[in-house]
Amino acid sequence: MLKKRIIPCLDVRDGRLTKGVKFKGNVDIGDPVETARRYYEEGADEIVFYDITASHEKRGIFLDVVERVAAEIFIPFSVGGGIASVADMRAVLLAGAEKVSVNSAAVKNKGLISQGADAFGSQAIVVGMDVKRTTATPEIPSGYEIVIHGGRTAMGLDAIDWAKECERLGAGELCVNSIDADGTKQGYELTLTRMISEAVRIPVIASGGAGNPLHVLEAVVKGKASAALVASITHYGEYSIRELKEYAHAHGAPMRLEW
Amino acid sequence: MLAILDYKAGNQTSVRRAFDHLGIECRITAEPEVLLAAQGVIFPGVGAAGQAMRQLAATGMDAVLRRLVRENRPLLGVCLGCQILVEASEENDTKTLGVFPGVCKRLPSELEDEDGQPIRIPHMGWNSLDFRQDCPLFAGIKDHSEFYFVHSYYVHTDPGLVLAVARHGLEFCAAYGRDGLWAVQFHPEKSGRVGLQLLRNFADYCALRSGHA
Repeated sequence: MLKKRIIPCLDVRDGRLTKGVKFKGNVDIGDPVETARRYYEEGADEIVFYDITASHEKRGIFLDVVERVAAEIFIPFSVGGGIASVADMRAVLLAGAEKVSVNSAAVKNKGLISQGADAFGSQAIVVGMDVKRTTATPEIPSGYEIVIHGGRTAMGLDAIDWAKECERLGAGELCVNSIDADGTKQGYELTLTRMISEAVRIPVIASGGAGNPLHVLEAVVKGKASAALVASITHYGEYSIRELKEYAHAHGAPMRLEW
Repeated sequence: MLAILDYKAGNQTSVRRAFDHLGIECRITAEPEVLLAAQGVIFPGVGAAGQAMRQLAATGMDAVLRRLVRENRPLLGVCLGCQILVEASEENDTKTLGVFPGVCKRLPSELEDEDGQPIRIPHMGWNSLDFRQDCPLFAGIKDHSEFYFVHSYYVHTDPGLVLAVARHGLEFCAAYGRDGLWAVQFHPEKSGRVGLQLLRNFADYCALRSGHA
């Protein structure tokens, strides 16, 4: 049977691994290729790289990282951050990524999703959604709103409506990131994850809030997600991928335990 | 040497990287003489059946593929390459190569998984194989090992050809073929150690067949 996936997310800035966007100062925490190889060997089911390099001129450094990763790890990986055109998608796919993740650019220009799906197939197009809890209104009936710029700009768009729209436009997968839960280590935003999982028939990745193995289990069972994104809880050795998987498996979630 | 049939399939470079990593000589090529001289050919593929068939026809690669099969050369179809070796695909209502009997169908969305949840399409992620026949491709790989899948269509073929099945709402053919002419629905080039083992097994088989083992 199909297994639930655990996906470490690596933030890359100027070719180096860095702490998340919300941390000021961007501490260098290592080599992304080395870290990806470690995750590959430790049983990660997939890996996500997020380019948070500010300047467009340094894009080449990031593409070089993608190429080096592709030569060394033989599991799927996706690339997000700064993808604003079909040409951007083509560059990372040619460098060796299986999938591209589009986020803000897709909210501003939803044609990007269908153009990407037409050019590379739906399986290659992940839509990343940043979502913030709000008061339910006629415009935002679910009480979950799409935001961009790391949560600073609300788009007046209901997260459930947007998820369905992304599916209709040809997205192959959705990565649902809760701005409220992100960085708290208090658990994924399960209500949001479940609402979106139930609203679409493409796979959904839960993102933001993982603090312990129970949270991962909850994301894939209560949240009905196909996969859970993890970052700080595995980056600093607090938990291994194996520990997360064995816990979930012991509590009834199907996981890949041999690699 | 192995050859990867070049028709600009999305995963052809990933397949080459996997063979590079294994230290197995491998070339991406559309030259018929190189393909026909190779110990074995990998027929990759990602995307839609209609577009792939047009690309194969436009480049003359469809004729090369049929000749490889006619001459009984080792061939490994991967993902879309696996799907278009049968006669027809529901995807874009396409007539495909017809090397093997069968058709390619869309996974029915009304199905449920083992937990009673509606299945998600594409079938994306790691799923276990149940071997149905011994095959040199599976040497050193345990039954029920997990491989990485990404697809929305599946091959329905002669049960006698089915080498392994997997389950996503329904049981479907995950690997089929005979005598060195094989096809796999999953992506061995993205399936970690077991996937690399399968590619190595194919290379070993090809070397043995050509007497260069």
